[in-house]
Amino acid sequence: MSRPGNRRPECHKINRDLFVLTYGALVAQLCKDYEKDEDVNNYLDKMGYGIGIRLVEDFLARSCVKKCHSYSEIADLIAQVAFKMYLGITPSVTRNESSRNEFSLILDKNPLVEFVEELPAGRSSLCYCNLLCGVIRGALEMIHLTADVTFLQDRLKGDKVTEIGITFLKKLEEKKCRRKK
Amino acid sequence: MADETLFQLLHTEVVAAAYGGGRGSGDEGQRTGLTVLEGMGFRVGQGLAERLPRGALVFREELDTIKFLCRDLWGAVFRKQTDNLRTNHQGTYILQDDNFPFLTQMAWGQQYLEEAPKFLAFTCGLLRGTLSALGIESSVTASVASLPVCKFQVVIQKA
Repeated sequence: MSRPGNRRPECHKINRDLFVLTYGALVAQLCKDYEKDEDVNNYLDKMGYGIGIRLVEDFLARSCVKKCHSYSEIADLIAQVAFKMYLGITPSVTRNESSRNEFSLILDKNPLVEFVEELPAGRSSLCYCNLLCGVIRGALEMIHLTADVTFLQDRLKGDKVTEIGITFLKKLEEKKCRRKK
Repeated sequence: MADETLFQLLHTEVVAAAYGGGRGSGDEGQRTGLTVLEGMGFRVGQGLAERLPRGALVFREELDTIKFLCRDLWGAVFRKQTDNLRTNHQGTYILQDDNFPFLTQMAWGQQYLEEAPKFLAFTCGLLRGTLSALGIESSVTASVASLPVCKFQVVIQKA
């Protein structure tokens, strides 16, 4: 089945809003189901992980990327290719000078919070976009890299920017020696 | 943007979440889960319709509104149009999709037929919510006889 030619502008808008609105409805539902912010955050991370382990296949199929030789290349790939492909934004990548494994993605624009002005009352510790952390973590694990991915700063919590921190836990050189469990 | 994959994966996780949160299993849990999913779809459908430009939503007849769902809404959400539309011209419409994207990955035929409603509830709500924002109250149900073919029945509520 061939793709339709020029999609009408309404289709683009519906599509962009659909994910954002569904995500918002999901977070609202989780807030109803779980009293503690921590539980909601953990569940979002878990869901993100479930998405990430599947999304990476789709990403690799669409992007035809070459093999990466450093964590820095991987961080750039996540920001410039993956984020662009799925969310239409390109976060900037900064690196912790004192450590070779720590990187940050700075999100200037975050489409997930387009319709969110502030966190709901009584939910000050909610990491609204925690799904993203799980997605990145799950995707990396499927290519045999373990990483800690968390929100370091969040505009919704009053910080100046939204920053996702990625800390790679296993050195790439050790990957070849890794035994199957 | 490769949005359809991301949305489909999110939908799968949303279905799983609707059955969590201590809602319990068994028939009661099943019904509640479906209600939760339908409710989420409803809110999303309303939100989507409210954000469309006014000019895109002027329809002369009720049938034109349903055709908008079949062509434009389906096209935007599922990258395809519905395969069949039937009506009794008295407010009941059946939208048929022979390759419903949320079901194609699951199975073909009768396998997982019991699970299929979980993957249709959100879309039912989406249709109902979109119509509601366009000023049309309706009830939307879905049925599957054999995956991945499904039918959405829209019954317009007369004032």
